Amino acid sequence: MRIGVITFPGSLDDVDATRAVRLAGAEPVALWHDDHDLKDVDAIVLPGGFSYGDYLRAGAIAARAPLMQDVVDRARQGMPVLGICNGFQVLCEAGLLPGALTRNGHLHFRNRDQALRIERADTAWTQDYEAGQRIVVPVKNGEGRYVAAPADLDRVEGEGRVAVRYVEGNPNGSMRDIAGVTSENGRVVGLMPHPEHAVEDLTGPSTDGLGFFTSVLKAVVSA
Amino acid sequence: MTQGLSDLDTGPGPLSHQLDTVELAARTPDLEQPYSELGLKSDEYARIRDILGRRPTTAELAMYSVMWSEHCSYKSSKVHLRRFGDLPRSEALLVGIGENAGVVDVGDGYAVTFKVESHNHPSYVEPYQGAATGVGGIVRDILTMGARPVAVMDSLRFGPADAPDTARVVPGVVAGVGGYGNCLGLPNIGGELLFDACYAGNPLVNALCVGVMRHEDVRLAKAEGVGNKVVLFGARTGGDGIGGVSVLASETFDEEGPAKRPSVQVGDPFTEKLLIEACLEIFREDLVTGIQDLGGAGLSCATSELASAGTGGMHVDLDAVPLRDSTLTPAEILMSESQERMCAIVEPGKVDAFLAVCRRWGVLATVIGEVTDGDRLTVDWHGERIVDVPPRTVAHEGPVYDRPMQRPADLDDLQADDPAALPRPVTPEELAAHWLAVVASPDGADKTWVTEQYDRYVRGNTVLAQPDDAGVVRIDEETSRGIALALDGNGRYARLDPYTGAQLNLAEAYRNVAVSGARPLAVTNCLNFGSPEEPEVMWQFAEAVRGLADACRDLGLPVTGGNVSLYNQTGDVAINPTPVIGVLGVHEDVRTRVPTGWRTPGETVLLLGVTRPEFGGSAWASVVHGHLGGRPPAVDLPAEKALGELLAALGREGLVTSAHDLADGGLAQALAESALRYGTGARLTLDGDVFTALFSESAARVVVTTTDPEAVRATAEWAGVLVTELGTTGGDGPDAVLAVDGVAELPLAELRAAWSATLPALFGTPEATVGSVPAGTVPTS
Repeated sequence: MRIGVITFPGSLDDVDATRAVRLAGAEPVALWHDDHDLKDVDAIVLPGGFSYGDYLRAGAIAARAPLMQDVVDRARQGMPVLGICNGFQVLCEAGLLPGALTRNGHLHFRNRDQALRIERADTAWTQDYEAGQRIVVPVKNGEGRYVAAPADLDRVEGEGRVAVRYVEGNPNGSMRDIAGVTSENGRVVGLMPHPEHAVEDLTGPSTDGLGFFTSVLKAVVSA
Repeated sequence: MTQGLSDLDTGPGPLSHQLDTVELAARTPDLEQPYSELGLKSDEYARIRDILGRRPTTAELAMYSVMWSEHCSYKSSKVHLRRFGDLPRSEALLVGIGENAGVVDVGDGYAVTFKVESHNHPSYVEPYQGAATGVGGIVRDILTMGARPVAVMDSLRFGPADAPDTARVVPGVVAGVGGYGNCLGLPNIGGELLFDACYAGNPLVNALCVGVMRHEDVRLAKAEGVGNKVVLFGARTGGDGIGGVSVLASETFDEEGPAKRPSVQVGDPFTEKLLIEACLEIFREDLVTGIQDLGGAGLSCATSELASAGTGGMHVDLDAVPLRDSTLTPAEILMSESQERMCAIVEPGKVDAFLAVCRRWGVLATVIGEVTDGDRLTVDWHGERIVDVPPRTVAHEGPVYDRPMQRPADLDDLQADDPAALPRPVTPEELAAHWLAVVASPDGADKTWVTEQYDRYVRGNTVLAQPDDAGVVRIDEETSRGIALALDGNGRYARLDPYTGAQLNLAEAYRNVAVSGARPLAVTNCLNFGSPEEPEVMWQFAEAVRGLADACRDLGLPVTGGNVSLYNQTGDVAINPTPVIGVLGVHEDVRTRVPTGWRTPGETVLLLGVTRPEFGGSAWASVVHGHLGGRPPAVDLPAEKALGELLAALGREGLVTSAHDLADGGLAQALAESALRYGTGARLTLDGDVFTALFSESAARVVVTTTDPEAVRATAEWAGVLVTELGTTGGDGPDAVLAVDGVAELPLAELRAAWSATLPALFGTPEATVGSVPAGTVPTS
């Protein structure tokens, strides 16, 4: 099982995503933004960071990187894609996920251990969780406030596409406490919190995040 | 001040015939030059003329002025700093003082480089950019040594917490430290946040970076090999930060002075992140023979230091330097402190490969010169020679001053003003009130408002971070080898006695590293003082250096480098002498690290070390009485060493479940923090005078918890450390209390409310605005 981790200029958590993939039992494969080469991977992670320094809008420039054309094409064919934090912003900017991420309501960067509820336990990246399960993983962002027009929010909710929700406090003012959403087919997931920072007892607040990376192993096999 | 330069030099264009060349300088010896506007004294200017045998050109004058500034030349501090170099050679020290940062052997073939540097004055003028570029600068210093930067820390001091100007400076500085470090992908693993009236108008912003490499990867800043190319890479050169070191860092702020904002650099962490990755790839492929970052004094510093440390000869063609602003004069280009730039010495055969790596990372790289025969640094502009100097005279042979020193006239009175005479709390109600006051004071309060703005998780190796006593980072995932770091700098102690104060700061950082279970290995420092031209300040500086050097000798620790920040005063009022000391420790296995907080009910709480009635410079005297006087706590280095060895043994054997250092606020502060960390209370009994037990700041003390008190006692007896049983940890639910017989039963909820409310109340409550932002109208994709 080969899982690609894309490095854009300014990607930061690519090393963490790579570790999480390895700990989940898959082979991490480094992918480079400027190539048109997905290196035969079975799934793709877009890691956190500040691609292109968040210039223009967070994720906007990375969404137009050469490799992203390949990612969008393969995602539309069903390849599992996970966007974490900046990766989530890139997926929204690339049109693979609905909504947008804007400056936190309180205008500060915020890093804390955050409780989440898994709303959808049947996506490619969440099937190792139970629906309604509470997990704790770090959240850290300056532009993580999920927004969409009210009608779009209703549609996203109505289609059951909210994958993860903030509970016990909303760290950034996200609408309807939305922490992550999924594509209609459940293959593409984006979330602001960082499951890749919760994969070892030694360094994380929990190991609750590992489930995202083990889930996709089954998703690929069953696909 | 750039006016003086522009008078003569103009940029490219039809007026370039006015360029001040070496040839012109030789012909016009009597031309008046604006040396004093550039911060040079008349005897220093005379010496430059002596060295060159003529008047300097405008560009040369610019170079000498920045390189001979206090900030770059250490001219007032050098004679004292020699004490650090005189310490016994440590086996752990791979590279010592003099390079960009010292390098320490941490075992298994790993080397660690770490350093702390000040960005005080820029952070006052422009808090966000000043603090941000402080982080950027120290990160480049670490990178220059060949290391991958792996973590940062910040030690911050501001004026009174409730002063209007503090409210201006604090949010900007914190956002700047966070904004830059977060975007670079470096976890912030700890630091300090303190408030004192002496820092009003002169906040202290000290940033530390630590990097890791293999022994064989150490790089040095020197230009060798005739014909090798000088490559400038990173950001373009602009007009920002011109004269930053000579104007901002080396002179006292004058309240009526002109705005200094143009002297502050502007940071771009995205470019720095690319620069880091490009450099590490360049190191891996062995493409450089020498490398130097461009920080204070910019190209003047990088070229003269590289040449001076190498064989001496270098030629630079200044026209090749990529500019952001084409109107810059050559002198301004040489002085510019534009951020995110590096300078490398590259063999001709490797230049193409070097440029290719830079291209891959989107980093601009330009060959601007080459290493030459001989011992002159020459610079051309538009085909004419504008600099021709011996580089050693610029970089390493600047002026050295043994300035007059005098013990402060008020010190006897200050030391005689013993806090023993202050009214003490007697009733349980009074004791509890004072306890809460110390814990909820801006210095004692919860720092989450700050640290939530910093990424502590990135890179996935952060094992401990604030609020733990030390930051601990894993450096090898296979072996779990790691390092611990702490920064401490109590200015009140140093004001009362700079010799003892510096030693106490070292002892505290040493202890903070030791409580995590690490073995302390090496020391860095950032020495923040007032104007060296004041004999009383110079005395404080000399005493602090002497104290630190003596203590390092006793503890067997080398000083690997450091930074001196002088002129920290506004008008004629100097800050408290503030030697901020960093200690690096090593963990053979970070999985045995010891956290600071209580987690489990039913464990025994023990105090290690001896408590004496010592209140001079204490948080209690300061918070409750606004008092600073008496003598600081006594230093007992053998006791610190014994305690450190005991803690290492207890950590290794897994005999303690938590350990927390006692420092500012004494046991009162340590107990509150231990309980609040994970919300676990305790029932305790304090023997003897309860007031002394709670508020004394005697050094060499730690509170630990254990499930095996007999084993701890036995080990402590072996180490010669006194053990006092305080009680037992208790409930961890909503009803948890921190109970001390005869003092109070403090509900943790109440304690937490007081402790955590302080900073948000002062600097804004993020929660108040969450969700109150109007619903967005951003369309979905």
